[in-house]
Amino acid sequence: MEKEKNKSFIDRVWDLFASVKFAVVIFSVIALTSMVGTVVEQNVEPEKNLTVLAKLFGESAAPTLYSILDKLGFMNMYHSWWFVTFLLLFAMNLIVCSLDRLPRILKLVREPIRPLSEEHIEKMSIRRSVLFKGKPSALKDEVASAIRKIGFRPSESETEKGLQFYAEKGSFTRLGVYITHLSILIILAGAIIGLYFGFNAYLNLPEGQTSTVAYKDGGAEVPLGFGIRCDNFEVDYYGDSDMPKAYKSWLTVFKNGKEVMNKVISVNDPLTYEGITFYQSSFGTVPDSMDRGVVVLTVASKDGKSEQVNTRVGGAFTIPGTSETGKITNFSPALSFDQAGRPYTYDRNLLNPAIFVEFSSPAGKPFSGWILQRYPQTWNLPDGGRVEFRSFWGVQYTGLQVRKDPGVLIVYLGCIIMAIGLYITFFMSHRRLWVSLAEEKGTARILIGASANRNRASYEKDIEKLAGLLGEARKGGK
Amino acid sequence: MSGSASSVFFGISTIAYVLAMVLYIGYLAFRKKTIGVVATTVTIAGFLSQTLAILLRWKEFYDIGQMGWLRAVPLTNLYESLIFFVWCLILAYLVIEFKYKNRTFGAFITPVAALVLAFIDISGMSKNIQPLVPALQSNWLLAHVMMSFISYSMFAVSFSTGLMYLIVKTEKRNEPAYIFWTVMLSIFIIVLCAMGLDYLTFKFSVKSQEELIKGYLFKATFRNSSSAISLLSWAVSAALTFVIWRFGGALRKIITGFNISAETLDEITYKSIAMGFPIFTLGGLIFGAIWADQAWGKYWTWDPKETWSLITWFFYAFYLHSRLMRGWRGKKVAMVAVLGFVAVIFTYLGVNLLLSGLHSYGSQ
Repeated sequence: MEKEKNKSFIDRVWDLFASVKFAVVIFSVIALTSMVGTVVEQNVEPEKNLTVLAKLFGESAAPTLYSILDKLGFMNMYHSWWFVTFLLLFAMNLIVCSLDRLPRILKLVREPIRPLSEEHIEKMSIRRSVLFKGKPSALKDEVASAIRKIGFRPSESETEKGLQFYAEKGSFTRLGVYITHLSILIILAGAIIGLYFGFNAYLNLPEGQTSTVAYKDGGAEVPLGFGIRCDNFEVDYYGDSDMPKAYKSWLTVFKNGKEVMNKVISVNDPLTYEGITFYQSSFGTVPDSMDRGVVVLTVASKDGKSEQVNTRVGGAFTIPGTSETGKITNFSPALSFDQAGRPYTYDRNLLNPAIFVEFSSPAGKPFSGWILQRYPQTWNLPDGGRVEFRSFWGVQYTGLQVRKDPGVLIVYLGCIIMAIGLYITFFMSHRRLWVSLAEEKGTARILIGASANRNRASYEKDIEKLAGLLGEARKGGK
Repeated sequence: MSGSASSVFFGISTIAYVLAMVLYIGYLAFRKKTIGVVATTVTIAGFLSQTLAILLRWKEFYDIGQMGWLRAVPLTNLYESLIFFVWCLILAYLVIEFKYKNRTFGAFITPVAALVLAFIDISGMSKNIQPLVPALQSNWLLAHVMMSFISYSMFAVSFSTGLMYLIVKTEKRNEPAYIFWTVMLSIFIIVLCAMGLDYLTFKFSVKSQEELIKGYLFKATFRNSSSAISLLSWAVSAALTFVIWRFGGALRKIITGFNISAETLDEITYKSIAMGFPIFTLGGLIFGAIWADQAWGKYWTWDPKETWSLITWFFYAFYLHSRLMRGWRGKKVAMVAVLGFVAVIFTYLGVNLLLSGLHSYGSQ
């Protein structure tokens, strides 16, 4: 007791952080509060969580409970000061626990294996013995080569009754746990670097427009240091369905007024420039922009002459090489036909853009019809010409997630180290081996003793193999 | 797509696994070697049929998607992932049966497989092959999802053997570990039965196949519109828990009668977690983070799925550490192993069915 009292404050804090109980408490607190955070939706409008709470605890309790949880920071708990504190305590605990045990383990790793007495070998968890006639020295070389065959490099020492080989493998694997612990710290460090030196923002960029800033959640501007333009945005669909196959944005990066980079990004395939990465995240229609949209057509005559036409709803074009003209008199962002075959618009977004074109031909009869961007079969004209509806451009915006995270490489490094650490910890082991050759009344005895700190079963197979090899050696030695 | 060749083989494997469950339990009860041999044969037949079904579905998906083999992995929705989970579980079980030459585990693992397959049917989840949404079009899909499910099945094995360990190791009825396993086993059986009843009423009374588990789970029992049935369900559950608690010792006698030592059970529990944990860390957490970084621009968002994976990871990390702690070996760590799998179930199903978040592919 007296000794306890004399401990300095630092020692006591150290002991606290090194204690298993403290680790268990932190583990539990992080786990339990995290659970709350998955039920209470994070960073959403209060109504959502009020409904959740009302469902769980009744209408009357919900508002009080909400305000309590809100004050405690549960509505954005993973970034609250107390949660971050717990994560840091966890890191401290990890560091102290590891450092506390490291000297002992390092001693185990560094200390070379020594020869053992036969009594000790007989107490090993894995042991075999082989008897043969003759002197031990006669079989020395065979034994040594058998040990090498199972992957050990044996040392040799003289004993009273003969000699002993001893060897070990993978003593460093005892450090696997510490490598894993270290990797967690590296990942946390990377996360902190990302938090302080990086940012997360978004940018809704309409087709044809350029931006030099992105916006944080609160609306604050983040300067990019370069310009980015959305040249085009498109959704590909699976066949005729409305099921999206790909979201694609054609982006151009400008630096000092010069075009420096071009890329078509899609989900899972972002663009990175000067450490800032742009991810395809969402899309939408710029409000009240339909009348500004550019209709992009490729118009071809029946003898194959074609040209690109950029026009607007209400505009007209001529089929090349002819005097036939088409006038776009109607437009629908999402055209469908009801059972009676009447056209109607089913959505305000560009799900299935269509133009209605009235053709006048001085020679033949005038005709008209809907031409749909997604349905090439509507592009053919009755007189053999063709109007390809390429795009309705300038009304959509691409929603980009913009991120700068200098810590991400450190996080990845941590992940690689963690994988290595786990592999060493779970799939490798520190294996030790003693093989003693002793003479007993004219016969010689080979005694094998072995131990492994993990995966004993597979080591036992190796020892079985060694015993087999020595058995063969015995036959050869007769 | 329900008439395709793969679904026929899936059907065969489902029937085989349910039959195997009955046989393994029969084997446990009557201790006739013939029953055991038949049980193993039926399980292997079911496994082969399921393997073929998964490969056929892969092919069907490949033909529809036209995005290459890697992006046609049949692991893109809840139905497919559950099927793959069962496949891994049965494979792990067969390895254990042949390695340890003991069929006792079958009675504990085949019910998990049967429960999952029953769950698929009652939930009325879509079995159609759905084209990949843009977010899933990544080569990480194969590694991330497959490794996650391999680890889940390892954890399921550790759950079964951990539970068996507790059954073998506890003798007194007032022991916390005894109460723990009887309650866990009761909950397991009650949920199985309640879902079975849901299944029956679903088949005969509910017309709409569209109704998801969200609205339908336990409607035949605990959440019945008639409060009498609901109360009765609670009463029956309480009674069942009591019966299992009162006569649980019989189960210990049965298991110990099979020459299966507590040490073997502890070893299998540890080994499956020692295999599952690194696979889960790498495939589930690390590959998941890398993929999230690529697709969403954030490697970690505290999305419910991620958070629950982390909680699960904490559970098993705790299991691995507590084995090294004084006074924790044996029953206490076995309880951690059992609870760890409860966390797995919640990570896998609970999050998709009860909580919202970015990771919503699984609930489709």
